[in-house]
Amino acid sequence: MHEMGIALEIIDIAESSVASRLKEGQVERIFLKIGKLSALVPESLEFCFEAAASKTSLAGAKLVIEEVPVIGRCEACNSQWTITQPVFICQKCKSGSIKVISGRELEIESIEIIEKED
Amino acid sequence: MPVNDKNTTSRKKIKVIRKVLDINEKMAQANRELFQEKGVFVLNMMSSPGSGKTTTLEKTLESIATEINSAVIVGDICTSNDANRLSKSGVPVVQVNTDEFGGDCHLAAHVIEKAALGFDLDNIDLLIVENVGNLVCPAEFDIGEDARVVVLSVTEGEDKPLKYPLMFRECDGAILNKIDLLPYLDFDMEAVNNNILQIHPNMPIFEISAKTKKGLTPWLNWLKQKVSEKT
Repeated sequence: MHEMGIALEIIDIAESSVASRLKEGQVERIFLKIGKLSALVPESLEFCFEAAASKTSLAGAKLVIEEVPVIGRCEACNSQWTITQPVFICQKCKSGSIKVISGRELEIESIEIIEKED
Repeated sequence: MPVNDKNTTSRKKIKVIRKVLDINEKMAQANRELFQEKGVFVLNMMSSPGSGKTTTLEKTLESIATEINSAVIVGDICTSNDANRLSKSGVPVVQVNTDEFGGDCHLAAHVIEKAALGFDLDNIDLLIVENVGNLVCPAEFDIGEDARVVVLSVTEGEDKPLKYPLMFRECDGAILNKIDLLPYLDFDMEAVNNNILQIHPNMPIFEISAKTKKGLTPWLNWLKQKVSEKT
C-alpha cells in the first residue's frame, strides 16, 4: 500500500550509496530482498519505482526483486520449515513458540552500475 | 591497426546491504531511548477504519486517566475529529494529520518524535498512539513503542487475522470489539479466536464492547500491569 514511499526511499539510498560513481556510470539494476511476510506487492513497487525514478539520475534503472520465503523455527523442538499458510504452529510438536527467521526483509542488497571504461 | 573502442563499458555490482527502512528504524530506536529515559510506556493501537479504536480509547482513558498520567497522539490522514473527541477526557492530545506528510497511510517514527515534543514527558507515564486506520502498513513501522495492540470488530469477518498475518503476529494483544452487536450477527467467536491463535499462539485476546464497557476490565488490567512494569 505504501509502495511509492518505499520506492522514494530506495531512490534516496541508491543515489547516496553510489553517488561518486554516477558521474561516470549509470545504475542499471537494483537488487532487492523482500520477505513474503512484509506488506508489499513487488509489481506495485516496480511500477512506483519506475515512475518515481524517471526524473532522477536513476531513470531507466530496473528493480530485481528476490522474494524471501517465510521460514519458521520451533523454539521447542528446533524443527524448521517454510511457512506458506497463515499457521504459526510447529508441524512436529504443535508448539506455538515459533521464531520467524526469514520473511520480514526489506533491503537493498546490491546495485549494478554500467561504467564507461577509458 | 588496433581497434580503439571508446565505447567499452563494464558492469559492476556494488554490495549495499542496507535496510530500506533503516532511517525509520534508527529514529524508532532514538524514540525508544527517549521514552526509556523519561519513564513513559508507549502503546501503539492499530486497526482497520471503523473498528471502534477511538471509542475504545475514550473508554480506556475514562477509567485509567485518574490513576495513570496519560497522553495521546492521534494519527489520521485528515481531520482532527478524533483528537476533539479524546480531549474531552482531559488528557493532553496531539493530532497528527499525515496529509501534511504526503498522505501517509501509517505513522512513522519521525512523526511520533515531532508529536511527542508537544508533551511534558517528565509528567507522563502512558503515551497511547492511535495509529491511522489501516490493517496493512502500520505493522511495518516501528515507532519506538513498548507494546502494540490490534482492534478488530465483530462486524469485520472471522478470517481477517488470516488475511493480515503480519499485523496479528506483530501485535502483543488483540481487542475484539462491538460484542454488544453479536445477537444481530452471524459472527463465529470461536472461529475468530482460533484464527488469531493460529497466527499468534497465546496472544491475549480481549472481548469487549467499548460502547457498553462489557469486558473492559481484563483489558485495563493488562494495560495497567504493562505500564507498572516499566514506569
